[in-house]
Amino acid sequence: MLSFIIRRLLIILPMALLVVTVTWGLIRLAPGSFYATDRQLPAAVEATIRQKYGLDQPWYKQYGMMMSNIIRGDFGDSLKYQGQTVNEIIRRHAPYSATIGILAYFLALAVGLGAGTIAALRQNSSFDYGSMSFAMLGLSLPSFVFGPILVLVFAFWLYWLPPARWGGLVNLILPVLTLSSVYMAYIARLTRAGLLETLRSDYIRTARAKGLDERTILFRHAIRGGLVPVVSYTGPALAGLLAGTVIVEKVFAIPGLGNIFIQSVLNRDEPLTLGIVAFLSILIMAFNLVVDVSYGFLDPRIRYE
Amino acid sequence: MAENVELIKGASLWRDAWRRLLRNKLAVFGMIVIAIILVAITIGPALIYWLTGYAYDSIPTNNDLVRSLPPSWGHLMGTDDAGRDIFARVLQGGRISLMVGIISTTVSLIIGVSYGATAGYLGGAIDNVMMRIVDILYSIPYILIVIVLLSVFGGPSTPQWIKWLSETLGGAGNQGLSQIFLLFFALGLVSWLTMARVVRGQILSLKNQEFVMAARATGVGTLGIIFRHLVPNALGPVIIYATLTVPSVMLTEAFLSFLGLGVQAPFASWGSLASDGIKNLAIFPWQLIFPGVTMAITLFSLNFLGDGLRDALDPQTRKF
Amino acid sequence: MSSNGTILAVNGLKTYFTTEDGVVKAVDGISFELKKGETLGIVGESGSGKSVTNLSVMRLIQEPPGKIVDGSVVFDGIDVLALTAEEVRKIRGRRIAMIFQDPMTSLNPFLKISTQLMEVTRLHLGHTKEQAYQHAIKMLKMVGISDASDRINGYPHEFSGGMRQRVMIAMALSCDPELLIADEPTTALDVTIQAQILELIKDLRSRMGTSVILITHDLGVVAGMADKIIVMYAGKVFEQAPTRELFATPANPYTKGLLKSVPDPAHEQGKELYQIPGLPPDVAHLPPGCPFAERCDRVADICRTAFPPFVRINDNHHSLCHFAVDVYEESKTEAASRAAR
Repeated sequence: MLSFIIRRLLIILPMALLVVTVTWGLIRLAPGSFYATDRQLPAAVEATIRQKYGLDQPWYKQYGMMMSNIIRGDFGDSLKYQGQTVNEIIRRHAPYSATIGILAYFLALAVGLGAGTIAALRQNSSFDYGSMSFAMLGLSLPSFVFGPILVLVFAFWLYWLPPARWGGLVNLILPVLTLSSVYMAYIARLTRAGLLETLRSDYIRTARAKGLDERTILFRHAIRGGLVPVVSYTGPALAGLLAGTVIVEKVFAIPGLGNIFIQSVLNRDEPLTLGIVAFLSILIMAFNLVVDVSYGFLDPRIRYE
Repeated sequence: MAENVELIKGASLWRDAWRRLLRNKLAVFGMIVIAIILVAITIGPALIYWLTGYAYDSIPTNNDLVRSLPPSWGHLMGTDDAGRDIFARVLQGGRISLMVGIISTTVSLIIGVSYGATAGYLGGAIDNVMMRIVDILYSIPYILIVIVLLSVFGGPSTPQWIKWLSETLGGAGNQGLSQIFLLFFALGLVSWLTMARVVRGQILSLKNQEFVMAARATGVGTLGIIFRHLVPNALGPVIIYATLTVPSVMLTEAFLSFLGLGVQAPFASWGSLASDGIKNLAIFPWQLIFPGVTMAITLFSLNFLGDGLRDALDPQTRKF
Repeated sequence: MSSNGTILAVNGLKTYFTTEDGVVKAVDGISFELKKGETLGIVGESGSGKSVTNLSVMRLIQEPPGKIVDGSVVFDGIDVLALTAEEVRKIRGRRIAMIFQDPMTSLNPFLKISTQLMEVTRLHLGHTKEQAYQHAIKMLKMVGISDASDRINGYPHEFSGGMRQRVMIAMALSCDPELLIADEPTTALDVTIQAQILELIKDLRSRMGTSVILITHDLGVVAGMADKIIVMYAGKVFEQAPTRELFATPANPYTKGLLKSVPDPAHEQGKELYQIPGLPPDVAHLPPGCPFAERCDRVADICRTAFPPFVRINDNHHSLCHFAVDVYEESKTEAASRAAR
């Protein structure tokens, strides 16, 4: 188990470097560059800029320099935000995205697990149909439609909540709700399907034949098997939070990392793009490792080799 | 003789699935809604033009009307800030949104199935390398890939066949339209990863079964085995997954349009219309609500249909 | 009721399932009686309703789609079908215990053996953790798991199929139940293991004085164990008799067919093994006459039109057949000629 974790941790860094390399290649494939604007720069100015950023060197030298810096944890300065290092920018903006993302995921987990469990236990009841239709709605309503509708209702019509911006807890309610709706829906569906499948299994019949009450059957016998699909969804869910936060950050004017990332790509701010990609890919791989390890706690049959 | 038996069995399998699908009320509801929407976006724009004279891109000549008007009998869904009829734009946008769904899914289907089937069939080291590539692509934000694809192949460097396709399917030879077609392919190119995994898993479990051995023993080549024997047998999960890919790429397109990377005016997709609507949310809420809700209803129906298909094709999971 | 030594009386039990293809009468008017300390064998092909009968006794039928529509189940004077869900739970696992066919899937793969064993006695006997643990070890030893104190902390996947069935038996007998229902306890096991498990059940039955219902599709399994046998077909009791009598002088063509299809190494060597032709009928669409008519070797016109009567051969022997008496007489002659040989 420990050696499994160590081996997986060791592979994260090379994988992240590989991802950075591919990303770098992709950025270089695209025509144009960060200094290119609508108006054509004088040739001399362009040459100075190219020299300053080492763009006049052959590509392999540029790549080598970049990689040797990255391995030392230095992504350099942003090209767009003059005088700020990539690391600073990430450190400043990531907490906003993380706060919303983590709150949204836990909200989704709480509501999704609860609703999915009740729906499974009362299969074909009106609660089942109602909550599953809601879940389908959650999956089908794009967050850039859902978020603004929430703003419209709760901020502009009812004046209950602030429409946007970072601030106290009240400011968090709408963005977190918007972001978590899809995950809530997905987790509710996964929980219901997983539990129904488990509740039909032979060992649940055995538990019933033992005279256990439905509570014990659910919480001691069925919950683990029913949770397996939910846990495996956690990895992709966290990866998907990135795209989700971009919209939420835009709709609610929150200075998170998602928007910074999109802007960096559009601006050809290569160091910043690479820095964020590396940061996120390490984060995703770390989360996947946590998911794999928690599998082991859930299911004793899983062996780590 | 043996082939005949196979055919009959195959046909009844699909017929059974169809019967089960028809018994699923939510799936039937989804099919009906989708049919209505398909009819509406096909004949709707022409009908509106014939009845009212509004087209999706007609800006009123009277300057007083070049502004956002609330829904009325003349403009069922109101107008946008250029005075264009939102109903006509929603119907026109539906064409592009659904085309995104269909074309991008087809692209992702072709790539995903070929890639997954090859990896699964060849196995061993090749499979390992191919799947690690998928893993790496998974960790690269797809937005980055789409942006790169759009900028590499965009503008003057648009491949000829995309221009040809946009002219054949879309009519007028228009640079804006061929950019939209480029977007379809870019979206397809980023959404095949999961499909490849699904197909590979299926092929892995199928390839050691007797009928494949038999085919190999009679001298059928590798490609023949993959595409004649393995892929058809893995079709169920592929169809299920493809149905669920359609709404997901539509969402992705909407997301890109929302970021200003997708469909540009005068063209419209549900995503770009909704994104325009958000700007005026506080004062002209109908500009968001109509395209947004139309899109949500469509995705809702597609998802129900996809769920129904899964239950119909996979009787084991049908019972709940 | 209970004073006459009857532990379980099932009368006119009907359990139906509503499916897409219509109503499946899985159990359609089953009656039997089991005395204390007795062993009853229930024999039939898959789909004959033998498992559903016993799940109905335990009130373990999932509803919907299943439903007990008629009949009574009286356990030790208690009308089981009239009890509340909570009252039934007090009987399950405590007074009636069950062993299932597939030991690979019947134990919870996510929980330790100790947890699964201990929860029964903690629930029903009010054991403390320590008592339950010691009792679980004792039970495991009793079913022949030698290193019980080590293995009790293992998970089901660390046990072989035979060992898991032993664990299941230990679990079922933990609370010293009055009735043990064993639903095909050996079907999923290797032949050598089968014999061991049957021996174990037999041994424990005599040591603990438990009444047993043994469900199987294999007449060979019940032959050495059951005091009396019920033969089920298409949700109905086709024949009911003391074991010895059923084997010697069956009064139903179906039973005769089953008996003929048991390989008997003692004689008829080289002869091809008999097989009942055809397949069990679709219980959702039964023909009006005898459900066995299409497969019966002595079928007559009446079999296809009229449902057969439940003929009383003697007090303990009944057979569902238009020609029950004829078949019984034939069997008697055959038995006599066998004995003469």
